[in-house]
Amino acid sequence: MEAMIRVSDVSKSFVLHNQGGAVIPVMAGAELSVQPGECVALVGDSGAGKSTLMRMLYGNYLSNGGSICVGGLDVARAEPREILAMRREVLGYVSQFLRVVPRVPTLEVVAEPVLAAGGRREAGEARARDLLARLNVPERLWSLSPTTFSGGEQQRVNIARGFAHDFPAMLLDEPTASLDATNRAVVLELIEEAKARGAAIVGIFHDAEARAQVCDREIDVSRFTPERAA
Amino acid sequence: MTPLLQVRDLTKRYGARLGCGDVSFDLYPGEVMGIVGESGSGKSTLLNCLAGHLAPDEGQVIFDTRAEGPVDTLRMSEPARRMLGRTDWAFVHQNARDGLRMGVSAGANVGERLMAVGARHYGDIREQAVDWLGRVEIAEDRVDDRPRAFSGGMQQRLQIARNLVTGPRLVFMDEPTGGLDVSVQARLLDLLRGLVREMGLSAIIVTHDLAVVRLLADRLMVMKSGAVVETGLTDQVLDDPQHGYTQLLVSSVLQV
Repeated sequence: MEAMIRVSDVSKSFVLHNQGGAVIPVMAGAELSVQPGECVALVGDSGAGKSTLMRMLYGNYLSNGGSICVGGLDVARAEPREILAMRREVLGYVSQFLRVVPRVPTLEVVAEPVLAAGGRREAGEARARDLLARLNVPERLWSLSPTTFSGGEQQRVNIARGFAHDFPAMLLDEPTASLDATNRAVVLELIEEAKARGAAIVGIFHDAEARAQVCDREIDVSRFTPERAA
Repeated sequence: MTPLLQVRDLTKRYGARLGCGDVSFDLYPGEVMGIVGESGSGKSTLLNCLAGHLAPDEGQVIFDTRAEGPVDTLRMSEPARRMLGRTDWAFVHQNARDGLRMGVSAGANVGERLMAVGARHYGDIREQAVDWLGRVEIAEDRVDDRPRAFSGGMQQRLQIARNLVTGPRLVFMDEPTGGLDVSVQARLLDLLRGLVREMGLSAIIVTHDLAVVRLLADRLMVMKSGAVVETGLTDQVLDDPQHGYTQLLVSSVLQV
């Protein structure tokens, strides 16, 4: 079967021009391959490069070498508009923090990925209602902007938004962090459902139980951390 | 897909001083590009050259016209370029006073642009003006007031209505949220983002506010001393800036 996500020999370093041009190599020889329906956890100590790899997959960070194929597009070489199309249609991302335009109501925030992928407004809003209800976000909040919500509420809005469109590939950055047991179970259910419909998922889970429940494999990214000169 | 706008080697000098040099890019339909840089970096010069307000010394600005396909707007006849400025192009000035006629009513400001493209039926013009004022959240009972009776934020929204009423395909914006207080900015950003999405507009936004481009722009161009130093996807340029100047710009933003 063709891998949905394939990372080959990827390297990355940061050059800090305003700090004497210091070069900080953070990754070398990274390899990863995820099949449809599979969930792979990135593990490794803090600073090993889990988030860096996720950001390179999403196109937030440039890579210095290698290739990153997501659904046939080489993210490492793609034009901005190709990456934007990939983010609309192929690759979803549940980040740790919700970033929204002020004043936009929660229901619209959640429905937006469906509209962006070309879905109808009614379909998007129906999906948004369903997800917000499942994640126990009180209905009286749906017409308000999430900017004033509590941390846990924002996180659930963020997850609802991330799962609104049925992306064939997904990145999950600590999706169960700061959730109570009930909502944590809902998120794990959503992940299982996404896998069942064939989504290829890469996730960071500090919650070891959650990781054991939904992930098929672990990749230790510290294998890709270059030796640092002392 | 044909780019809506193809810019090639655009250069503008002010005597011996460089305004902007060798700027090239393609803008595709539906794309929003932000141009950032500090004051004097050449971003407004570039915008004015693109929009035909300033004559560049060298280069091409090729626009995909409805009738004839891609045409170099710098070599168009003056009437043809003016027509473009009234129909497919719009320009939102930083200072709403530069983009509005202060002596006539809000409704007339919007209606005037319609009349410039041939609308003659008063009832239709008024109806469309009221509709557009509503879309930019200006109440119908203000339609006969003059813009000088409006707040700064309302003037800016009126300017946007006046520009978008003819259904342009490309909008140039020069610091559209500059000089407005933050709550008004948020409202304007939300409005602009909705209009860009609904109408499938392409836009080029000049600003020095990185938060504004993060929310509105798909792509970013960073300018310094008249030259483009970095381009790319907006969040990539902001999260992983490659050029020393961009790194300085991003790290200088105050966290709220």
